[in-house]
Amino acid sequence: MGVLEAILLTVITAATPLVLAAIGELVVERSGVLNLGVEGMMIVGAVTGFAAANATGSPLVGVAAAALGGMVLSALFAFLILFLVANQYATGLALTLLGLGLSGMIGEAYVGTPGVRLGRIDIPVLSDIPFLGPVLFSQDILVYLSFALVAGVSWFLFRSRAGLVLRAVGDNHASAHALGFSVRRVRFAAVLFGGACAGLGGGYLSLVYTPQWIEGMTAGRGWIALALVVFASWLPGRLAVGAYLFGAVMILQFHAQAAGIGIPSQFLTMLPYLATVVVLVAISRDRTRIRLNTPATLGQPFVPDR
Amino acid sequence: MKKIIAAAAAALALAVVPAQAEKLKVGFVYVGPVGDHGWSYQHNQGRLAVEEALGDQVETTFVENVSEGPDAERTIERLAHDGNKLIFTTSFGFMNPTLKVAKKFPDVKFEHATGYKRADNVATYSARFYEGRYVIGQIAAKMSKTGTVGYIGSFPIPEVVRGINSFMLGAQSVNPDMKVKVVWVNSWYDPGKEADAAKALIDQGADVISQHTDSPAPLQVAEERGIVGFGQASDMIRFAPKAQLTAIVDNWSDYYIARTKAVIDGSWKSEDAWGGFAANMVNMAPYTNLPEDVVKMAEETAARIKSGELHPFAGPITKQDGSEAVKAGETLGDDVLLGMNWYVKGVDDKLPE
Repeated sequence: MGVLEAILLTVITAATPLVLAAIGELVVERSGVLNLGVEGMMIVGAVTGFAAANATGSPLVGVAAAALGGMVLSALFAFLILFLVANQYATGLALTLLGLGLSGMIGEAYVGTPGVRLGRIDIPVLSDIPFLGPVLFSQDILVYLSFALVAGVSWFLFRSRAGLVLRAVGDNHASAHALGFSVRRVRFAAVLFGGACAGLGGGYLSLVYTPQWIEGMTAGRGWIALALVVFASWLPGRLAVGAYLFGAVMILQFHAQAAGIGIPSQFLTMLPYLATVVVLVAISRDRTRIRLNTPATLGQPFVPDR
Repeated sequence: MKKIIAAAAAALALAVVPAQAEKLKVGFVYVGPVGDHGWSYQHNQGRLAVEEALGDQVETTFVENVSEGPDAERTIERLAHDGNKLIFTTSFGFMNPTLKVAKKFPDVKFEHATGYKRADNVATYSARFYEGRYVIGQIAAKMSKTGTVGYIGSFPIPEVVRGINSFMLGAQSVNPDMKVKVVWVNSWYDPGKEADAAKALIDQGADVISQHTDSPAPLQVAEERGIVGFGQASDMIRFAPKAQLTAIVDNWSDYYIARTKAVIDGSWKSEDAWGGFAANMVNMAPYTNLPEDVVKMAEETAARIKSGELHPFAGPITKQDGSEAVKAGETLGDDVLLGMNWYVKGVDDKLPE
C-alpha cells in the first residue's frame, strides 16, 4: 500500500463521522428545524453503540443501537419543540448538555474496556481495482452507508415528491399547512432521521475510528457537522465536499508536521477549519442561490391553527 | 450540567449526613471526567485509595469536569464551605482560584497539582514523569528497526517538551542516531485526532509510537498496524495486548494517603513535592512484548534513576541549535526543567516561538 492510499484511507475515516452527522442535520434543517443537539446525539450514539456491541459481541448490533440511541434523544427534542413549542435553540443546546452527561453515566462501566471493531467488507471485483479499490470499496459498512446517504438524500430532496413536501414545510410552514400537509409529522420524521444519523456518526467513532469508550470522545465533531451544513448552503454534494476537505486538510497537516516542515503546529491545527470555511464560502458565494437554498422558516416555531 | 448535578448531589449528601467530628472531609476537584481513563481517572484512583486506606477516618467528595476559570473558584469555595478540611485541586489552571479561596479559609488545607504558587495553607505537588520517559526512550531505541520514533504531543508547554527531551536523551543513550518525529494535536484529549496523528507518523516510517496525550487511541492504532508503543498516565494493556511495551503510570495514591494522614495527625505543612520513581509517584507498568535483555536494561535504568545514580538531564547535553545546555558533570536544575522551552539535539521538529 502506497503512502497516498494510506492517506486517502485515513481521510475517509476522519470525514465519515462528519458526513453521517451532517447529512442528517441537513435534512432536519431543510424541514425548518434547527437542532443544535448534534453533539449530544452523537455522543449518546457512541456510547449506546459501544455498549450494545460489547454486550452482544456483534458490531452490527452496535451500529443499530447507535442509530437508535441518537434517535431516542432526538425524539425527546422533537416532542419538546413541536408539541410544547419550546425554543429550538435553547432545547438543542440543552440536548447537547443532556447527551454529554447521560453518555458519561451510561458509559461509566465501560471506561478502560477495549471495544469491538466493525470489520471491513470487500466488495467483490470492485475492491480489486488498483488504487481506488482499497480506498473506496474495501471499507466498513458505515462508510458505504455514508456514501449512500449523501446520494440518497440528494435524490430524496430534489427528485422525490416527499422531498418536495419536506422542503415546502421548511420554506413556508403556513402554506404547507394550508395545503393540508402535516407540518409536525414531517418535522418529527426529519428530526428522527437526523437523530439516527448523528447516532451513527457517534457509533462510527466508538466502533471504527477508535473502538473504545471515553467520556466526551466526540470532542466537538457535532459542532463541526452543524457548521458544515450551513457552509455547504444546505446542499448534500457540497456538504460531502466540505467534510472530505476538512478530513483531508486535517490528515495532511499531521503529515506535514511529521515530515518536520517547521510551520507552527497551532497554525496547522487551525488550517482544516480555515480551509473548509474558505472553500465552501467560495463555492457558495452566489447570494441568490444561498437565499434559494436556505430554509426560510429555519428555527421558527410552528403552531397549527385549528 | 453534570457538574451542577454532581455538586448539588455532593451538597445534598453533605447536608444529610450529620457532621461527625472525628471524620476528616477531603474534597477533590478534577478538570476532566473521571471516565477519561487518563489524568482525572488516575487522580480519582488516588481518592479511592485514600478511602480504602483510611476508611472511617475520612469522607471524600469529588467534583468532576470543572473548567479552569471562574467555575473553579466557585467549586473550590463550595467544597470549603461544606466542611472539607483538605482539598486537592488537580489541574494547573486551578492555581489562582485555589490561592484565592485559601485566603478566605485559613483553617482549610489545600493541595494544588502542577502549580508553583504556594501559601501557608496551600501546598503544591507534581510528578517527574520525565523519569519514565527516559526509560521508554531507551526501550524505543532498542525496539525500533527503522530508527524513527513517532511522538504525539498535546501542547508545546514545558511539561511536554521536557518529556520529549528526556525521551530523546534516553533513546540517544542507546542509539545516537535515533530520530524522533513530533506531531502536535493541540488537544489533551481527542481520540480521533490522536489516532490520525499516529497513522500519519506510522505512514511516514515511525515504527514505535509514544504519546503525551491522554487516550489509548494511538496504542490501538499501533496494535492494528502491528507496531509497538507506550501507554500514557495509566496502564493501557487491555487496549493493546500485543503493542504496549510498558506505560508510564501516574500514582497519586501514596501521596494522597500521606497528606491526608498528615492533616489527621496535625503534621501537615505547606511544601512543594515533585516526586518521581523514588517517591513512587511515577511507576512503570509491567514490561510486555519485550525481549529479556531489553526488560533488564529498562529495569536497571529505572532502578538507577530511582536511586539517584542516574539523572536523565545530566550533562553533557547539546541543544537543537548546537549550543551547550549543560556541561559534562553537571545536571540541569529544576528551575530550568520547569521552564524548558528548547529541544535537545536530534529532535526532528521546530518549537513554535
